[in-house]
Amino acid sequence: MAGPSSPPVVTRGLTKRFRGGQVAVDAVDLEVPAGTVFGFLGPNGSGKTTTIRMLLGLITPTAGSVELLGEPMPKAQLRVLPRVGALVEGPAFYPFWSGQANLLRFDAADRTADPGTRKARAGEALERVGLSNAANKKVRAYSLGMRQRLAIAVALMQRRELLVLDEPTNGLDPQGTREVRHLIRDLASDGTTIFTSTHLLAEVEQVCTHAAVMSRGRLVRQSTVADLRAELRPRLVVRTPDLGQAAETLTSLGVTDLRTTAETVDGDAGELPIDKFAAALVAADVRIHGFGLERPSLEDAFVALTGEGFDVAE
Amino acid sequence: MSPSDPAAAETVDVGRPAPARASPGRSGPARSSRNRPSAGRHTLALFRSELHLVFGRARTWVLLAVLAAVPVMIGVAIRLSGSEGDAEGFIGQVAGNGFFLIVASLAVSLPFFLPTAVTVISGESLAGESSLGTFRNLLTAPAGRSRLLAAKMVSLAVFCLVATMVIWLSGLIAGFLLFPVGDVLLLSGTTVPLGDGLVRALGIAVLIGLSMLGLAGIGLFVSSLTSTPLAAMAATFGSFIVCGILSAIPQIDVIHPWLLMYGWPSFADLLRDPPYWDAIWRNLLLQAGYLAVFYAAAWARITSRDING
Repeated sequence: MAGPSSPPVVTRGLTKRFRGGQVAVDAVDLEVPAGTVFGFLGPNGSGKTTTIRMLLGLITPTAGSVELLGEPMPKAQLRVLPRVGALVEGPAFYPFWSGQANLLRFDAADRTADPGTRKARAGEALERVGLSNAANKKVRAYSLGMRQRLAIAVALMQRRELLVLDEPTNGLDPQGTREVRHLIRDLASDGTTIFTSTHLLAEVEQVCTHAAVMSRGRLVRQSTVADLRAELRPRLVVRTPDLGQAAETLTSLGVTDLRTTAETVDGDAGELPIDKFAAALVAADVRIHGFGLERPSLEDAFVALTGEGFDVAE
Repeated sequence: MSPSDPAAAETVDVGRPAPARASPGRSGPARSSRNRPSAGRHTLALFRSELHLVFGRARTWVLLAVLAAVPVMIGVAIRLSGSEGDAEGFIGQVAGNGFFLIVASLAVSLPFFLPTAVTVISGESLAGESSLGTFRNLLTAPAGRSRLLAAKMVSLAVFCLVATMVIWLSGLIAGFLLFPVGDVLLLSGTTVPLGDGLVRALGIAVLIGLSMLGLAGIGLFVSSLTSTPLAAMAATFGSFIVCGILSAIPQIDVIHPWLLMYGWPSFADLLRDPPYWDAIWRNLLLQAGYLAVFYAAAWARITSRDING
C-alpha cells in the first residue's frame, strides 16, 4: 500500500496508438503529487481524455504504464477504483431514471459500497452539488449543467483519495462554474488529491496548485502553477538595432535571463529600478526604438510551450 | 492484446474485498460509508440493479403487455367465433377446456413474439450502456467487466422466464374466465387432474423460457460489438431469421439438429404420460451450447475492448 507521500498518479511512457495509426497520447510521464489540485491543461483533441481513460483502465495503453494510488492499472483496478472518484468525458446517465436512481445504480456497481447507507449517501451527494430539489426528476429533464453536477455527485458518493475530473465545468453557466470550483477547493482542503482536465487557462490559474500542459498527445510541461506564473513575470523589453550593446548594458544593470530576438532584447528585471535604465541605455549609445515592461498572459506561455494557439489542435 | 489486459487482471481480483485503509480526511459526503464488504449483499447489489434497469423501463412493460395480450386475443377470438371450431392442435382444444389456452398461447408465442422480445432486450443490454456512455461510469465504479457481463446475462435469463410466466398467468386467467375448465387430456391419451395439468403448463413455460437462452446469448454477444442498440437488435433478429430459413430448407437437413430452434417444439413432450425427456434434454443442451459459445465470445470482447463511448 502506498504511503501518504507517494504520488497518487504516475505514468511512465504512456502511449496510445489507435487502430488507424494515429498516436493520441505519446510517451506521457505524469506525476501528480499527493494533496494537490492538478490541472491537466490542453486544447480539445490534445489527448487529455484518452490519457484519463487509460488512467482509469477504460482503454488499454499501447505502451507504458499507469500507477494509481501506488498500484498498477489496470491490473489492480478493482482494488484501486473504489478509492477514486471519476468523471470521464461529460456526464452519462440513464435519461429515463431520476438523478437519485442513477446515483444508486452506479453505487451498486461498486461492490465495496455499503448498501445500507446507499440512499443516505446519495442524498448527501446530491445536496453537496445542489441537486436535492431535482433528486426525483428524470435526468432527461436536467440541463447540461445539472447533469454535470450529477456526474460530480457520482464521484462524491464515497470517500475518495483521488478525484479524476474530465472538464468538470464544461457546460456550466458562470454561477455553476463558480460553484464547482468552490467544491473542488473544498474537497482539496479535505486532503483529496484532485486531477482535473480543462481547456480553460483561467481555471488552472484559479483552482490549481499544479499543472501539466498537453499538446498533440505530448506532455510539454508539468510544474507548480506558481512556477508557471513565475515564468510569466513581466519582462523588460528593449526594441533596438544595437542588440549586443543593449544586452551588455542590461547585464551590467543586473537584468538576468536575457533573450535576444531579431529586434529586441528582453530580460527579467526583477525588482530593479527600471526607471533609470532608459537613461543608462542612452548613455551607452544604444538606440532605443521601444522600451517597456511586457506581461505575458498564460496563453502566451501556452503558445510558447506548444508552438500553437489554444483552440487549434483539433 | 497488450500484456496488461484488464480481463486477465479482473479474474484474479474478483471477490477480493477492498483493502481497509486510513482515511485521508473527509472528501465524500459519508464518513463511515465504506465498511468491509460483506460478500452477499454487496455482490448482489449489481444484479438487483441490473434487474431494476430491465424491468424499470416502460419498453419492457410494453413487451410484456403484448405477450400478456396473446392469450386474451386467442381466447376472445375463439369465444367470438363460436365454441366448436375445427382448428387443430392446442387451439382446437381451447373451447372445450380453458386450460389449453395456456399451452396454445405459449406455443403461438414461441416462434415469433418471444424471440422478438428477447431480441429487443438482449440487443439493448450492452449496446445500450455504450450508447448512453454509462458503460464508463459502471467500469470506473468499478463494476468489473466480467461481473457486469454476468449481471447482464442473469437479467436476460430472468426476462426470458418472466416473459413466459406472464403468458402462463395471462392464459390461466383468460382461460378460466372465457371457457369451461376441467381435467386435462394429455397427448398420450391419459387424463390428469387440472392441478397436474397446470404444473405441466408451468413446466412448459419454464422450458420455453430456457429455449430463449440461446438467442439471448447471441443477442448479448452482438450487443457487445456495437454501441448502437438498434443495430444490435437488427443483427440478432437477422441471425434468428437466417436460422429459421435454414431450418426450412430440406436439402440441408444434416445441419437442422444444430439450429437454434430445432428443439423448440419439444415442450409438448411434457404433455405425455410419462413425459418424453429425450428431446427436452437435447433442446436444453443445445441452448446451453449456444449460450456458452456466445457468452464466451461476448466475454472475450468485453474484457478486451477499449471503452471510448
